[in-house]
Amino acid sequence: MAKALLDLVARRFPGKVLESHAAFGDETVVVAAEDWYAVHAWLRDDPASDMQMLVDLTAVDFPSRLPRFEVVTHLVSLRLGHRLRVKARVGDAEGQSVSIASLTPLWASANWAERECFDTLGVSFAGHPDLRRILLYPEFEGHPLRKDYPAELAQPLVPYRDVPNIEKVEPFGPYEGMSFGRMTHHLPRVTDPKAIQGRD
Amino acid sequence: MGRLSGQATQVAVEPHEISAFTTRLEPLLAWAQKYSLFMYPFVTACCGMEFMGVSGPRYDFSRFGSEAPRFSPRQSDLLWVVGTISQRQAPILRRIYEQMAGPKWVLAFGTCASSGGFYDNYATVPGIDKIVPCDVYVPGCPPRPEAVLDGLMLLQDKIQSGERRPAIVKPRFDPATNPNLGLVTLRRPSRA
Repeated sequence: MAKALLDLVARRFPGKVLESHAAFGDETVVVAAEDWYAVHAWLRDDPASDMQMLVDLTAVDFPSRLPRFEVVTHLVSLRLGHRLRVKARVGDAEGQSVSIASLTPLWASANWAERECFDTLGVSFAGHPDLRRILLYPEFEGHPLRKDYPAELAQPLVPYRDVPNIEKVEPFGPYEGMSFGRMTHHLPRVTDPKAIQGRD
Repeated sequence: MGRLSGQATQVAVEPHEISAFTTRLEPLLAWAQKYSLFMYPFVTACCGMEFMGVSGPRYDFSRFGSEAPRFSPRQSDLLWVVGTISQRQAPILRRIYEQMAGPKWVLAFGTCASSGGFYDNYATVPGIDKIVPCDVYVPGCPPRPEAVLDGLMLLQDKIQSGERRPAIVKPRFDPATNPNLGLVTLRRPSRA
């Protein structure tokens, strides 16, 4: 079953499939960014492919590669029961000109997926009807899932209170998952296990 | 309580019938406040399941006078922050807190509300005390209902004593250092 769909795509788009592989039944084609829309439109409409569903659309940042970003779609055919992953590579080293055609005319589910991709990775989709942030707030600067976004950088909407002793405490400290009780209370702290066992 | 004797009306009060006592005003008010906490549940995440559990009949924190949830901050004086607070949600939390009428208290329910938990990133507030002052922290992911009840009783103690410094619900004993208890055997042996 593997490879059949890849051959189909390669026959329909000769010379435009840059790369393809099928590992453990996961078939992947890599196409040029300018063929992005045409390949997807054909994959949706051709009866031998018949991809009715766009499961996911996202991107991956590879800072050492050029082009830097890899936009990925996951397609599935409910009738034929097969899947295909399509990739295209865009963007220069500085993260500029990261642009690719929008798939919203083909699948309605591409709308929010492309907005999320734009929000977190800064990929702009040409032809998207409403390309703005979907998860983060409009005041946010930058794209946090890019590898050059500082891991510690938060952009609070409310300024933090200026009082002592509110630095971030250790999340899974020694009090995590312990049985209950209050050391700050006036009740004496139980230190002898036998005192508790004798209670039953 | 009174009885008639002879022709004049006399009221005789036996010593065991005395039902008045004297106190100062502030402890009396604090005593009343700590048993009539009107809570505002600010539930944002999975700790809400545990909040339902502790408010249900099995653990039942209405026993502590914290029975009626008020879904208007203007009618409540105890803010339960239950779950992760994202940076996008922080202005809402701040505004809810500012709308509450004083005196008011804040309880951080769970590790995420207390410290941000394992969400150490651009999207999450690292503890609600960055946004609003917090009275009681209940750690746990999620906390056991008993820990929540202890947090509530700790808050009542703080209201009674007028103490406003933050307090953390801590274990009475650490099973890791008491292996004879047999509660947990797979835990790390000890913490110095």
